[in-house]
Amino acid sequence: MSYWFRNDNRLPQERLAAASYVIVGMITLLLLGFWKLQVIDSDKYGVMAERNRVRSIPIIAPRGRMLDRDGRVLVDNYPSFSVLLLRDDMSAVEKNLPAIADGLGLSLDDLKDQLNNTGALPKFQPIVIKPEATPADVAFIESHRADIPLLEMLMVHRRRYLPGGFMAHASGYVGEVSEQQIEAGNGKYRPGDVAGKSGLERQYNDMLVGTDGMRRVIVNSIGKEVGRLTQQEAIPGKQIQLTIDYDLQQVAETGLGDKKGAVIALDPRTGEVLAFASHPAPDPNDFAIRVSKEEWQRLNEDQGKPLLNRVTQAQLAPGSVFKIIMATAMLESKTPPQNFTAFCPGYGIFYGQMHKCWVYGKKSHGVVNLHEAIVQSCDVFFYNVGMRMGIDTISKYAKMLGLGAKTGIDMPSEESGLVPSEEWVQRVYHHKWYPGSTISVSIGQGSVMVTPLQVAYVIGGIASGGEFKQPHMLKDAQNVSEKRVELAESTVEQVTQGMYGVINEAGGTGNSVKLQGIEFCGKSGTAQMMSYGAASRLGLGKGKNDGWFVGFAPRRDPEIIVAAVVEDTSEHGGTAAGPVVRDIVKAYYDKKEKKTQGQSTAQAQKPAESPKAANKAEAAMKVAQQISEKKQQPE
Amino acid sequence: MNEGTTTRDYDWWLLAIVAAICALGVLEIYSATHGSALVGMHSKQIRWLVIGFVLMFILSRIDYHLIMDQAPVLYIIGITALVAVLLVGHTRFGAKRWIPVLGEFLQVSELVKLIIIIVLARFFAEVRTDELSLQDLIKAGLLVGIPLVLILKQPDLGTALVLMPMLIVGAFLAGLQWKHAAVIVLIGVLMLPVGWHFLKPYQKERVTSFLHPEEDAKGSGYQVLQSKIAVGSGGFWGKGFGNGSQNQLGYIPVRYSDFIMSAWAEEQGFKGVLLALGLYMALLLRLVQNAQRAKDRAGMFLVMGVTAALGFHVLVNVAMVIGAMPVTGIPLPLMSYGGSATLFVFLAIGLVMNVRLRRFVN
Repeated sequence: MSYWFRNDNRLPQERLAAASYVIVGMITLLLLGFWKLQVIDSDKYGVMAERNRVRSIPIIAPRGRMLDRDGRVLVDNYPSFSVLLLRDDMSAVEKNLPAIADGLGLSLDDLKDQLNNTGALPKFQPIVIKPEATPADVAFIESHRADIPLLEMLMVHRRRYLPGGFMAHASGYVGEVSEQQIEAGNGKYRPGDVAGKSGLERQYNDMLVGTDGMRRVIVNSIGKEVGRLTQQEAIPGKQIQLTIDYDLQQVAETGLGDKKGAVIALDPRTGEVLAFASHPAPDPNDFAIRVSKEEWQRLNEDQGKPLLNRVTQAQLAPGSVFKIIMATAMLESKTPPQNFTAFCPGYGIFYGQMHKCWVYGKKSHGVVNLHEAIVQSCDVFFYNVGMRMGIDTISKYAKMLGLGAKTGIDMPSEESGLVPSEEWVQRVYHHKWYPGSTISVSIGQGSVMVTPLQVAYVIGGIASGGEFKQPHMLKDAQNVSEKRVELAESTVEQVTQGMYGVINEAGGTGNSVKLQGIEFCGKSGTAQMMSYGAASRLGLGKGKNDGWFVGFAPRRDPEIIVAAVVEDTSEHGGTAAGPVVRDIVKAYYDKKEKKTQGQSTAQAQKPAESPKAANKAEAAMKVAQQISEKKQQPE
Repeated sequence: MNEGTTTRDYDWWLLAIVAAICALGVLEIYSATHGSALVGMHSKQIRWLVIGFVLMFILSRIDYHLIMDQAPVLYIIGITALVAVLLVGHTRFGAKRWIPVLGEFLQVSELVKLIIIIVLARFFAEVRTDELSLQDLIKAGLLVGIPLVLILKQPDLGTALVLMPMLIVGAFLAGLQWKHAAVIVLIGVLMLPVGWHFLKPYQKERVTSFLHPEEDAKGSGYQVLQSKIAVGSGGFWGKGFGNGSQNQLGYIPVRYSDFIMSAWAEEQGFKGVLLALGLYMALLLRLVQNAQRAKDRAGMFLVMGVTAALGFHVLVNVAMVIGAMPVTGIPLPLMSYGGSATLFVFLAIGLVMNVRLRRFVN
């Protein structure tokens, strides 16, 4: 052994002591670091740890159902699965996107677009990438939990509507909330949420939507579910009962059939809507999942305008139905006096122009009074009345009775129609009113426009002696507004007598829809979409018409009023629209009679389900169940 | 000269502290791995501890003067091994650090750390002046520089860095002059950009993500963030043994090894950290005390070399766990799981025992 270390015991004690201080200082600094994290910022990191650990998956609350007035289900739900994409880890999402698109049978480009569109949302919010998972999708997701831990399944409730577009315009449809709705909703909606887009679904959305619950699961660092926490159950949406009568609705739907038009039935005593049909109608079941851009475009561009709710939105010339308003105005304003008569040779010449009566070339009405003019729908009589009244008086009464304004029905986007006046033509067209135009307006042509709902509402109000009940579709609607217009008893009597005569007197234009034993009153209307002159000039012969019929029963204080319009028909209003109205009124009385005889079988019968959709959802659920059972077995 | 040592002369306090730290480590390794595919890791760690304890005992029985006598030989062995590992070493986790010994992979650099402690102690013991001359300082620097470059080649920045405090503490105790220290610090600062140039991309990334953690969501910035979340969410009292979600669900990276302090802090809270860091402080102070009572300068340098290495390990590892230093891959002595690292610490403690046993003799 060499002796390199001999006798050297000089130890640098001061510097060794300094080392001790350094050690104490170092440990103290480290402890301060821990103090900052574990005591001062502990809450912040606690939240972050929870966010790591807990994944929240919404439990979608089922939307409230819609029932008819007897409790029969009109709109229902069925369970289905949506595929959610978790976006916490965007690099993993980008890497796995092709595999996901392939596995779920989605287009990679669409998926990328969707990701870009939702880029602004918080990353911890999953997005729905496939709304209706097939059993194959469920199997794909479950079998790739480990290598693609980005997919989750979400049980949702899809809307089920009666098939074939039954009552589609009244019920409306639901769809995924739009960007605007999310912004306007102020945190109420998440992307992928479903909200009412039109009709009652939209009107009563707040009532129908429930409160979504939350399933909270524990996930490990690779996103695998390893446990469950307490879950917040969803609160289902409220069920709403409508005033609609399934039976009458059925008659209305069948009656309209393939024809383009609308039918509305009201109870004028209450304002309750008994039937509400607009054709053509899209099948809202097709929207319940997700409408493709192409389908949506097709519906929008369709000449038949299937997305137009004709009951509240079609603004059409009322034709002769307007004569009821004219008659009421004449009797109330006494211009001309009620015993006024006119001679109808089949035409009349006003302000230098010839105006034909509808019987022109076939016969003449001869001398007619008001009653005969209503019953036979004499145009010349009302030309004379209109000329004597002037446009402003016509306008005043039409507006007073409720035309040119929304009825206030609980339905979004109602149109108000149009009642022309001198002021209106000045404001819109910047010229004076041509007195000749008054002649056309007198028989519901020219610029006057009404919606089918307005026709039922206004004529129902007149027949009810001036009591106008706000139309509504919710059975226990609160604060139904009511308008009272002072009408002389004689006015109501004469007008309803006239309408009774239309159907029940010889020579009436509505003889064909007579109902045995029922005080069925009505008025037909055939509005030319262009004048006879224009049509013949264009070589279209007779021209296409909008055929109207409005009918109610009984004659005084009616219980039901039905307005129907069939667009683009070559038929007369009484032929085109009359039978639908008659059938509904008849169905109403048949039902009433049954009830009074105590044979009411008001058992809630469930309308036919759409079996295809239900089966699909059940199959998906079964697969998911099997897989989760498998998972619970010890590995 | 090794006659007359008795068991009474062992530093039982030091052993008790070491045993306590090891116990915390085993407990936390168990907690971190019992529910995962790594289950059983704690018993493997116990095996390493037992082997370490035996090696420590054996090493303490051989007079440290005899060991230091062989310093030049050990140095050559160390350098040879480092070269060998670069040539034929086993690559794991992207670095050539391992050679197979007895069916396990051992990290050569751990052994080299021990050798450098001995070599430096020998070198400084031979410096007779009260003040360390510039010439001797440069010599010491070269002695450390060669293995340091070789370890950097593996690459293993962490282990290479550990050699620096050994050199600094040794030089300091050997009478480093303040002016020399100032010049070294200055040169060091000037060399930083050059050193940056030599860093591997992943090392640069660790440093940038340390400086700007928010820019690195998934790499080492993510690791540090998850570690901080674990530590912070533990709060003062901790979530309880086996209850740390960050730990149990695998959010903490290598929670049984480099980031074991994070797992411990989450489950045991600040009070647990107080205990663990208290034990480390006691360990380090006890080592300094052993240095102060060493029989000669050689023993003192040996003990302080060990102190410097362990102290640096504790500082860098724990600071990394709380996000105060970049991720360097330095384990926490005695707590982190790992064969080579554990054996190194026990052998280092063995050297300290060795010095201790001989303080009254002669």
